[in-house]
Amino acid sequence: MMRWVFASGLVFVAGCMSEADNPDSAIIAKEDLQSGFSFLTAETQRLQTDEFENPAYLWVDRGADLFTHSTDASPACASCHKDGLVGVAAQYPKFHESSGELLNLEGRINQCRTEHQGQAPWAYESDELLSITAYVAEQSKGMPIDIEVSEAMQPYVDKGRDYFLTRRGQFNLSCQQCHTENWGTQLRGDTISQGHGNGFPAYRLEWQLIGSLQRRLRDCDTGVRAEPLPYGDPTYLAVELYLATRANGLEIETPAVRR
Amino acid sequence: MRDKALFNATRRQILTAGGGAVLISSLPLSAFADEADLLRARTDLFGDRPIQEERVTVKLPPIAENGHSVPLSVSVDSPMTDDDYVKQIAILSPRNTLPLIGQFHLTPFSGKAQVSTRIRMSGTQAIQAVAEMSDGSLWAGSTETVVTLAACVVL
Amino acid sequence: MTGIRLSVPETAARGEVVEIKALLRHPMESGFRRGSRGEVIPRDIITRFECDLDGTLVFASDFHPAIAANPLITFHMRATESGVLTFRWTDQNGEVWSDTASIAVT
Repeated sequence: MMRWVFASGLVFVAGCMSEADNPDSAIIAKEDLQSGFSFLTAETQRLQTDEFENPAYLWVDRGADLFTHSTDASPACASCHKDGLVGVAAQYPKFHESSGELLNLEGRINQCRTEHQGQAPWAYESDELLSITAYVAEQSKGMPIDIEVSEAMQPYVDKGRDYFLTRRGQFNLSCQQCHTENWGTQLRGDTISQGHGNGFPAYRLEWQLIGSLQRRLRDCDTGVRAEPLPYGDPTYLAVELYLATRANGLEIETPAVRR
Repeated sequence: MRDKALFNATRRQILTAGGGAVLISSLPLSAFADEADLLRARTDLFGDRPIQEERVTVKLPPIAENGHSVPLSVSVDSPMTDDDYVKQIAILSPRNTLPLIGQFHLTPFSGKAQVSTRIRMSGTQAIQAVAEMSDGSLWAGSTETVVTLAACVVL
Repeated sequence: MTGIRLSVPETAARGEVVEIKALLRHPMESGFRRGSRGEVIPRDIITRFECDLDGTLVFASDFHPAIAANPLITFHMRATESGVLTFRWTDQNGEVWSDTASIAVT
């Protein structure tokens, strides 16, 4: 009986993508790209699109507050970014020539804090960093992810791709096996998504909270019973970049609601 | 070229390991309520007064993909006038750890006996709503929702 | 304040029934969950929600641990006169969160 339950919950149907013109087999063809939104039930989709009921806006509100009001002597973000940061999140993670590092949106916000505001960086998953990241990313809502891979970025993309393709954990699964080869099929009660980060920071019903893309990656690693990497790990940064290139053209949905 | 054979080979491992996950995730943290607890909670609230299964509509999605937050809407057939209105709606579960989920207290100012919220459901069950009218009469309705298990339960 | 979202129409015709929504940021920690070390995470919930129009109660709710995190509540009000609606959430320890919204009845 138990066996039957597991088997029926794990019906893997063959993937349905063409790889003909695609040199990177982990990349989903543009016409097949689908946001995690399309794999949610109608009720969860409604929770995301209702800008009042979407609980993630509680954090966006706080982010707006942090952005416009300084709580100490340092200048508020809005004193420089008078017109906000529309479209910025669509280009992250980004390689910063001046500092020579790859930064995700969280990293870029913390760079501003340390370099221009004379403040200690906010910790990963701190309420402040989640709130302000969600607020900044929300300003790009509806805009397509637009990552152009420069020569300096290529090694990071390759590193992220390598992580994506590598089997890990007790389940011995790679990201690729679920999110490229079997998206759209059922895994227990869920429909497997394509594994895009276009809605993050997102409110996950599972967390009952908003969380970063790295928290999601940690959950994926834990899900296949692998040891998750620490927050801010350079490998996760590279994975974030690789995911963004893989999702190029998909609209930013932050703050999304996910399972 | 994707290697289906390799993928199939890992399926057995998923079945084994996944089995463990299901067992662990279904271990109750504390004892779940059952139908008898629901009835007890109902008696605590309303005593032994008769309850008619009418006039109360419970709206829930047929399938909830996560039991942490399920949209619930309750409406009661009532004119909601100064002398004929819904006083209270109690939401009850036959399966959650505690049978009483919440109570809504309405007034003649409410205008319309319809309330929505989001609730937690620890598994597939029929949620019951009991409405107490201003004349003291009791009415009830219920709806079942299937709560599915997530793919990768992170414990 | 941040942490509370209210949806109240600014105006309403006398006698009209309006929809009101209120969302509070709160974990509604049930007291039944365990942390990564197996320890019980203590209960921390809102137990009472009230909405009044210039002191007259319009709607109230008792919350128990199965009300979802970041509780959302949608209810109705018959618009009888202009005034200030006060929304008040009280937790198990008596701590209160509140906010107001005005409604003009014409």
